[in-house]
Amino acid sequence: MKPAAFSYHRPETISDALALLAEHGDVGKIIAGGQSLVPSMNFRLARPETLIDMNAIAEIAGIEDRGDTLVIGAMTRHAAFHTPVCDGPTGAMLTRVVGNIAHYPIRQRGTFGGSLCHADPASEWCLVAATFDAAMEIHGQDGMREVGAADFFKGTFTTAVGGDELLARIHLPKLPEGWGTGFYEFSRRRGDFALAMAVAALKVEGGKIADARLGVGAVAAHGLRLETLEQALTGQPATEETIAEVAAQVPGLVKPSGDIHGSAEYRRDLAQAVVRRALNAALADCAVPA
Amino acid sequence: MTDAPADLANANAIGRSLRRIEDRPLLTGQAAFAADLRVEGQVHMRVVRSPVAFGRITEIDVDEALELPGVIAVWTHADVAALPQIDFRMTRIEGLGPYRQWVLARDFVRYVGEPMAVVFAETGFAAEDAADLIFAEIDELDAHLSATADPVEVYPGVETGLLSEPAVIRKGAGDVDAAFAAADRVVELEVAVGRHTGVPLETRGALAQHDPDSDVVTMMGAAKVPHYNRGAIATMLGLPTDKVQLSEQHVGGGFGIRGELYPEDVLVCHAARVLGRPIRWIEDRKEHLLAANHSRDQAYRLRAAVDPEGVILGLDAAFYTDQGAYVRTHGGTVTDLAAAMLPGPYRIPAYRVAGHIRLTNKTPAGTYRAPGRFESTFARERLMDEIADQCGLSRSEVRRRNLIPEAAMPFDRQIDTLGTHLVYDSGKYADLLERFRTMLDLDRTEDALAERRDAGEMAGCGLGFFVEKSGLGPDDLVRLHLSGDGTIRIVTGVASVGQGVETTLAQVCAGTLGIGIDGIEVIHGQTSLIEKGMGAFATRVTVMAGSAVKIAAEALIAKATEAAAKALGADPADLTFDAGRVSGPSGALTLAEAAQAAGGEIVAEGLFETTHMTYPYGIHFAQVSVDPETCGVTIERYAVAYDIGRMVNPMLVEGQLVGAVAQGVGGALLEEFVYDEAGQPLATSLADYLMPTAMEMPEVELLIREDAPSPINPLGVKGAGEGGINGAGAALAGAVSQALGRRVDRLPMTPERIYRWIRG
Repeated sequence: MKPAAFSYHRPETISDALALLAEHGDVGKIIAGGQSLVPSMNFRLARPETLIDMNAIAEIAGIEDRGDTLVIGAMTRHAAFHTPVCDGPTGAMLTRVVGNIAHYPIRQRGTFGGSLCHADPASEWCLVAATFDAAMEIHGQDGMREVGAADFFKGTFTTAVGGDELLARIHLPKLPEGWGTGFYEFSRRRGDFALAMAVAALKVEGGKIADARLGVGAVAAHGLRLETLEQALTGQPATEETIAEVAAQVPGLVKPSGDIHGSAEYRRDLAQAVVRRALNAALADCAVPA
Repeated sequence: MTDAPADLANANAIGRSLRRIEDRPLLTGQAAFAADLRVEGQVHMRVVRSPVAFGRITEIDVDEALELPGVIAVWTHADVAALPQIDFRMTRIEGLGPYRQWVLARDFVRYVGEPMAVVFAETGFAAEDAADLIFAEIDELDAHLSATADPVEVYPGVETGLLSEPAVIRKGAGDVDAAFAAADRVVELEVAVGRHTGVPLETRGALAQHDPDSDVVTMMGAAKVPHYNRGAIATMLGLPTDKVQLSEQHVGGGFGIRGELYPEDVLVCHAARVLGRPIRWIEDRKEHLLAANHSRDQAYRLRAAVDPEGVILGLDAAFYTDQGAYVRTHGGTVTDLAAAMLPGPYRIPAYRVAGHIRLTNKTPAGTYRAPGRFESTFARERLMDEIADQCGLSRSEVRRRNLIPEAAMPFDRQIDTLGTHLVYDSGKYADLLERFRTMLDLDRTEDALAERRDAGEMAGCGLGFFVEKSGLGPDDLVRLHLSGDGTIRIVTGVASVGQGVETTLAQVCAGTLGIGIDGIEVIHGQTSLIEKGMGAFATRVTVMAGSAVKIAAEALIAKATEAAAKALGADPADLTFDAGRVSGPSGALTLAEAAQAAGGEIVAEGLFETTHMTYPYGIHFAQVSVDPETCGVTIERYAVAYDIGRMVNPMLVEGQLVGAVAQGVGGALLEEFVYDEAGQPLATSLADYLMPTAMEMPEVELLIREDAPSPINPLGVKGAGEGGINGAGAALAGAVSQALGRRVDRLPMTPERIYRWIRG
């Protein structure tokens, strides 16, 4: 349970980090909170020859509220979201989600950007980024580029971030006032990886669903935004019956893989349940007076 | 409120929830566990383990590893060929010998994780780096993974005819065929318990040092059975017993699996002698889940002959224990206990059982807290529920009708287990059931659950009635040293795995002498300080060592009285002993003064011997709801009733019961060693082997009774170690079964299995 030998660098700026990435190429690996990487190094499943530590790069930590967008520094710890980071539905939603990420000590160390780059299919932040169409600010030798969530997540543990690039910030569009949000996750134990989870946001006007955001996680290679179901919800009566009908389409839209904690068949049905529950929670949230 | 007079407070040290003596070093960080031990010049050992479940070793290439800087030695079987296989500590059954494990694999590997080679290096990092460079060429064979399938050859092509069924344990009493001939109905059931085990949070570890002057090798990091292991290691290394000493430090949990003699213990001692350097080995978590004893994994086929009133006339049972790749130190213990205790608290006048020990290509199995009883209670109590359903009786009523009556105590089951005749020494089973029903308001609880089910909810409750066993002999020795300053040192050969041995024994001593526990020190698990000791297993310490302490303390009183008589010039018959003082007409001496009068110290011994175990008993109750969509189980209420005979420290008893319930919840709902078709283990970290946390644990309500003290030991005590887990699988399965309205025949009840059950 000891990692293979590696060298270690602790740059203080993005440009220094990029220079180190360029220098070490394929054998270099970025370490952020280390909550996934260090265990896999100890199991020797990962054997980076060089670790480039992001923890001293002040410019990619912290959260900035730009009114319609929340700019989240990649090194922002999960624990930063234990209380709302901004007013309105998005701040409340992030706080609802964060309690499901592993355990309290892990949330003190693990980072928002680290979760996105690791791209575990059961990552809560990846699901949030996919569902609310976050834009990822990626820095490389040739400058900065922004990649939307739809193009960022390539598959299990795979993203658009190149080997010589780093994720600096996440631009998360904020939901306007008036939206209700809901999140539901099922795992074997509290804090375990989700077997299925869903995040939902609804805007209700005149008893009808005026707009919707919906995503489901841990049942495909990466978190999925369910745009067809968002459209199916929109314009329908804001009722649990509507939600149940729409959620019934979920099993056909997901592609879970089975493992020792649950078969693909079970997880397809579970996905329907978590979607319905997240939507119901969002609906209930809409009804709560501001 | 003023403090009670010291004498009054001290007079009843037994039966009080005194704080644990052992907690001060633990809470202040002074306590040393195996991994805290470091000595100058130590060498790190790393075991290279088989990556495949079954195969024949053709070559192990160690050259590259040997060239790595810092590597001192690399051994394979050829280097330790003189060491014999690890022998049985318990339940040696004819024919088991060829199934024992070598210290390092010889010719074949039989499970993923089997030690094939071992590296010694200057640092832990170098040792792991070297282990990575060792390549074994193995001709893979098809893994045999089912204990219920027909037996196969263990060493194909080499030991022809040696099949994977080392033994079948058969027991019985009464006329089973006549019972079935007379039956109104026959109730049949097949059930199985998954593979799981005790997972102490402290993994195994050892530090062995050889002293060239005395030629003694000392291994620190011992646990559970230091005296037995010391003898076994000495035998394996070809040394006189006194050339091996084992020393126990603080131990972070035992649960039956920690402290048994494993290959690694023998390797560190052997290497310390051969390499002439201290050898340190600390197991990592992955190794622990692959290499330390697994347990449970039994499949039962039960047939009960039942009369029209729901009374069992006869039970015909067969079961299969998945022993894994080898038979380890426990021999046939788990299977033997399961066979003996399957009938539990019920009369069952005719009984016949065949317990099959079957090898597979999985990690070898041994005992885990309530071995053979967690499983057999689950099987039997599922059967009772089935009989209740078929006869239209409530679950508590079918049990009540079958319980052994108080008047039948002591109850002779007319079978043997662990070399003792199985006689339940005392019990008021029906009385405990009635008290528990009252505490739970069971009838109303069941009505309320039925209403919830009528309303479409999945909710239910279940009972698990069990008999435990405790206090396995044959003996335990205790020596008390009373010093001139009045302090007392208790030296015992039993072991502490964290269960509160020091506090318990100090309380028995203090209670017998009528003094406080503050000046009492307890030394345990040190083979150099006392010549014998059976160790900590089978819920035996309080019964055996506690009784020995009482006997020793009484001997101490006699000696102190004698010394006081001389000092006071009195006739010993005129002296009385009370609250730590010897008093007579001409004066009184404290224990300290008596020791001074005796020359500065009084030493007294107590040896407690027994040929029978004592049998505590109890009932688990679980109420659950099942989420029909997520298939998750919520434990709404959990309670345990337990008659312990007599309590030494109620707080420790409560802690034992509640802690064991947690492990029972794990085995019932979460924990399982899953293998793929090739025999690769899929739960090799605590991310996949799911132990319950505080978040999964319900509040546990306890009904602890002292209505049936044991008549076979001087304290009347019965043990607390295993009753909290014994009935957990049974009660939770009964509850889930009632919630789902269908038969539940398998543990653990994972969401996946519940999903299948709900969908039929």
